Amino acid sequence: MTHLLSPYRVLDLTNEYGLFCGKVLADLGADVIKIEMPGGDPSRNFGTFYEDIPDPEKNLEWFAFNTNKKSITLNIETPEGQAILKKLVKSADFLIESFHPGHMEDLGLGYTVLSELNPRIIVTSITPFGQSGPYRDYRVSDIVTLALSGFMIQCGDPDRAPLRYSVEQAHIMASLHATAGSLIAFHHAQATGEGQHVDVSMYEAAIWFQYSLVPFWDVASVHLRREGPRASRGNASFRLIWPCRDGYINWRLVAGPMGKTMYALVDWMGEEGMAGDLRSVNWTMDMNDVTQEQAYAWEEGFGAFFLSHTKAELLDGAVKREIMLTPASTVEDLLNNPQFEARDFWVDVEHPELGTSLKYPGTPFKSTQNFPDEKYRSPLIGEHNVAIYIEELGIPENELASLKQSGVI
Amino acid sequence: MAAGPYATKYLAEHGATVIKVESLKNPDINRAYVPMAGGISGINRCGIFNWCNNDKYCMSLDLTHPRAPEVARKLVDWADIVVENFRPQVMERRGLGYEDLRKIKNDIIMVRVSSLGQEGPHALLRGLGPFLVGLAGFTPTLGWPDRPPIGPTTVPYTDHLGSLYATIAILGAIDYRRRTGEGQCIDLSQVEAGVTTLASAILDYEANDRDLKLVGNHHQWACPHGVFRCQGDDRWCAIAVFSDEEWQYLCRAMGSPDWSTDSKWATVESRKANEDELETLIEKWTIQQSSQEVMNILQRSGVRSGIVQSAEELVGDPQLEHRHHFRSVEHPEVGKHLVEAPAFVLSETPAELKMPAPCMGEHTEYVCTEILGMSDEEFVELVVSGVLE
Repeated sequence: MTHLLSPYRVLDLTNEYGLFCGKVLADLGADVIKIEMPGGDPSRNFGTFYEDIPDPEKNLEWFAFNTNKKSITLNIETPEGQAILKKLVKSADFLIESFHPGHMEDLGLGYTVLSELNPRIIVTSITPFGQSGPYRDYRVSDIVTLALSGFMIQCGDPDRAPLRYSVEQAHIMASLHATAGSLIAFHHAQATGEGQHVDVSMYEAAIWFQYSLVPFWDVASVHLRREGPRASRGNASFRLIWPCRDGYINWRLVAGPMGKTMYALVDWMGEEGMAGDLRSVNWTMDMNDVTQEQAYAWEEGFGAFFLSHTKAELLDGAVKREIMLTPASTVEDLLNNPQFEARDFWVDVEHPELGTSLKYPGTPFKSTQNFPDEKYRSPLIGEHNVAIYIEELGIPENELASLKQSGVI
Repeated sequence: MAAGPYATKYLAEHGATVIKVESLKNPDINRAYVPMAGGISGINRCGIFNWCNNDKYCMSLDLTHPRAPEVARKLVDWADIVVENFRPQVMERRGLGYEDLRKIKNDIIMVRVSSLGQEGPHALLRGLGPFLVGLAGFTPTLGWPDRPPIGPTTVPYTDHLGSLYATIAILGAIDYRRRTGEGQCIDLSQVEAGVTTLASAILDYEANDRDLKLVGNHHQWACPHGVFRCQGDDRWCAIAVFSDEEWQYLCRAMGSPDWSTDSKWATVESRKANEDELETLIEKWTIQQSSQEVMNILQRSGVRSGIVQSAEELVGDPQLEHRHHFRSVEHPEVGKHLVEAPAFVLSETPAELKMPAPCMGEHTEYVCTEILGMSDEEFVELVVSGVLE
């Protein structure tokens, strides 16, 4: 199949920090070979499992982050394994890894060695803090990275501990940065023939997502703080998440240039006899002139209206009346979202071993080149050993058997 | 806004010539947002605008002016890539839809970043950045089980995810054009970008009929797992213990208190069964020292831990200093302020952050005469016509 990156090969030596990088490259057509330890990648053993059966071939995180990849098993801690990896490096375009800094060098597989074998190769390393620096050896997890990054200080109820997303995100942040950085390096390699090493810091990737936090402090000495479901704007704080009859919606009181969407909402409330005093408010007033007392008083009226409607009703009204309001989706809502349906966002992935197919999120963009958004389920352990070792590298079958016996493959 | 500017930021920092096209009549709305540098309002003073547009040029062009198409044509003819994040249909109304651009330059790459894609029943739905995060399914991942969900309210996560995917798509499309000679139009949905990150939770729903529910800071297979109050005003340190070995590290770091040897803390299962009590006991230790001390002690002992950092702490962080993550630029109107280097360092062609974000229309003349090759007379004539405002 032709896609943005179809001619290129990626060797994927990452753990859970970088699996998503290889997945994005694979979904864009690259030939991504996941290199697993004999017996399977350790990340197969953590997480949730299909029908809750703990089995390295039924791990849902593995499913989610390895679609369209191939898998071979290879112990790169053995000299034979290193020799095989080096053979693969010669014809690869990218190698991505997320070992502890220095580990690849210790194995004699550092960037200098790899670039001698293949001067064009892009070697991308994804680690918690980057390859060097005082925090290089610090240990992290998702919550630790999000705490350090500035995300958590902005998130949570003021009277309780700061919060983080309960679905892990730091590895996604790092992996998307790794993908972008690798492709920038690759663009340079295509122009000059010169490869390079891309040193990705998961910590910095997470900071990048915090947007206004540092500028607020840097240019205005303002500390953004967690305010529960509210956020400050001008001289007051405003609620962004509202309960409705069957869940939650996002809406915020706005004034000024965006205030015209308020009239549409108030008109709708008026039709149902729920507008009250809100009809007489001038919504084009400067947002900075809204006082906290006004905000609370007005919010009470809107909140009552939302509680009397379902997510679907409010969404329908928002679309028809151009009101700035969106439902807060549950997973069930996502799977039934008509907009995603219209864009063919979901991709059915066959899992023959499970006798079923599962819906996966597709690539979040469409191209006029109409690239197919096909997905093959994540590979089984060593599923492509024969294809790569025998058919491609020409390793004789008896040699493969002895490599297997000695724990190399 | 965020999604468009961030999509080209990394390209600008790695040598691409990025021209931001705005007009006084219709500037990037971030230019009007807080924070304003030094609390003084001004079109060139927004801290966020200046944070995400460094190393770009700015040309003012009034797209509603009758002569806009002839200038736009020259820009498109020069460009490799056109990135936009208007609401769907705005570019078409300006005569700058993909088909229009192709007539000017057949192999142009157009990247359109929008909330929900260019077409479909909800394509025109309006919302602030954080709303899209809720629409993408993150609301049930943020909150306490005994309270309503809380966010996110300040971080427009899907804008950022969308812009990284856009950067990736741009780079892929350039290579595709190099191989095939063909351009393309890429229609990217920020909300879909958000959904891709929740894939494992979506599979869990399909396979195991489990929808997301609010869990505070708890984790299914780790305990303790949360942020703990430290000495001082609203100071916290995150601690995550995934294995029994890590639990032993934590006990040692806390000075092996008597309570910690109780068998009810021996395994993840038993710790989770008494998680609230365990958290109270650990907090009795963390509260006695500063968050920095807690992190230092725990990291020395091999425990995954990190302070809930503020912006001020980030700016002073020794690791970030080592990596030159925050850098200073001199802005002609605002003076010195910080900008942010990429989260990746390229060994041979590292990012260069040389220019502050442009003032409104700062490079209009430069772009017209030096980049587009107009004569001085042509440029002056356009200025007089008012199209460059």
